[in-house]
Amino acid sequence: MSAEQAGRSIRCLVAKVGLDGHDRGAHVIARAFRDAGFEVIYSGLHNAPEEIVQAAVQEDVDVLGISILSGAHNTLVPKIMDGLEEYGAASDTLVLVGGVIPDEDRDGLEAEGVSAIFGPGTSIEETIEFVRENAPER
Amino acid sequence: MSDEPAAGATTAGDDAPGSKTESTDDGLVDRLLAGDHRALARTISRIENRRQGYRELVSDLYDHTGTADVIGVTGSPGAGKSTLVDKLAETYRERGETVGVIAIDPSSPFTGGAVLGDRIRMASTVGDMDVFVRSMSARGTLGGLSTATTDAVTAMDAFGKDKVIIETVGAGQNEIDIVRTADTVAVLVPPGSGDAVQTLKAGILEIADVFVVNKADRDGADRTVQELMEMIELGEGPSFGASAGHHGPDASGHHGTDAGGHDVGDADGHNGAHDEPERQEPVDGDASDATRSWQPPIVETVATESRGIDELLDAFADHRTYLVDSGERETRSHRRHAEEIRTLLREDLHELLEGELDRHGGVDGLAEAVQRGETDPYTIADDVLDPVERCLSDLDASIE
Repeated sequence: MSAEQAGRSIRCLVAKVGLDGHDRGAHVIARAFRDAGFEVIYSGLHNAPEEIVQAAVQEDVDVLGISILSGAHNTLVPKIMDGLEEYGAASDTLVLVGGVIPDEDRDGLEAEGVSAIFGPGTSIEETIEFVRENAPER
Repeated sequence: MSDEPAAGATTAGDDAPGSKTESTDDGLVDRLLAGDHRALARTISRIENRRQGYRELVSDLYDHTGTADVIGVTGSPGAGKSTLVDKLAETYRERGETVGVIAIDPSSPFTGGAVLGDRIRMASTVGDMDVFVRSMSARGTLGGLSTATTDAVTAMDAFGKDKVIIETVGAGQNEIDIVRTADTVAVLVPPGSGDAVQTLKAGILEIADVFVVNKADRDGADRTVQELMEMIELGEGPSFGASAGHHGPDASGHHGTDAGGHDVGDADGHNGAHDEPERQEPVDGDASDATRSWQPPIVETVATESRGIDELLDAFADHRTYLVDSGERETRSHRRHAEEIRTLLREDLHELLEGELDRHGGVDGLAEAVQRGETDPYTIADDVLDPVERCLSDLDASIE
């Protein structure tokens, strides 16, 4: 894998946006990513969209994993995508959404630029594999 | 290895190993100097990744550096570094200065993975891009982290940050090397770490320019302050003067500063601490006056409540003044450059060696050959090293 050769690590920001206070899933993912050899920046609970954008831009992450369970994804995710766009970071950041997303909302999020949505029951391996295959080369 | 052209951050030529024209021709330096945060972020990534051409990038940035004050913050896990750094950044911002933070966390030696969680505590400056926080992990070996950190400081300095804060756990030599690259090093000592003070002595305490007893509202803070004072005044801890030696004995002035620092917070028992060490004074009395022109002040803070932050910033400013006045700033930057050169060379040599090993069929093949009795490690080392030596002399010249 080119990433390892060049001393490159896949960098991921795992972020909890909005008001939901349940971050067990985010912890599990952060830890699994770490064990997969990724560098994970976990930004904690209750991030505002601009906070996530700031972190994603400054940390120059390859992957932004947004965990959201509150149902506010249609409001919050577009704000994050707009923010990334503003800093020229939208096109080369792989954005994933994890959590409870109704089927009818998926297309809309993907149209916003979300690359994949991982609902309940997704295996960790699947997620890691997806990141490995799709993390942008820079 | 292609990229989406839309990003505009890379060029195809960048990826071709051996291509000599890459990396600076995509305008990254210009964009960074123009204040583009994404460009700063990408620059640091290239530095971390040792991406082809990153050296040209850093050397282009060098011309634009020299204005930032670099502050190292270290201490044991849980000492409150991130919270303190957050408040420092906030206070600097209130004073109209821009801040870069490099937060270093350990990585797993097995998977290389890491969870970098310091941002969680950087809540005071959310939404303020003029506080640029970057998390780094110890990816490489052989001083790789300290090189990457130094280079990241260079990038932030060139970007125009007034203050650059390096935050790292004072866990090992690697981290000590990193924090030593700072102009001013603050070591956090949590209250009640009496024994810890003893164990830390051999490591991070001796690099302290300023001691911070954070969580000073907790039990045991007074005692910790006292212990630190004893240690400082007994001179058995930090070798403060080790390199400051040849520079002016304006010790008395700095004793004053020192006392000022002590007055921060309102812990009592300072006087007691002042008295006690007297007995040891004669032992290294004249040596200490002559060689120790800076005695680290002890500042008490309660970072969660922003208490003591102004005093700490004052202590940093005092130290900076001392560095400049004593000429120590120059000494340190000299030492830093020397160390940088050494580290770079070591790293290069290591890389070249790995390349040479591959050309000889890889270290495993060679090891087997030794096992079969066909050759011996010394012969192999000579064979492998021969071209490396030649390469190294080329490299030496190119560093100039």
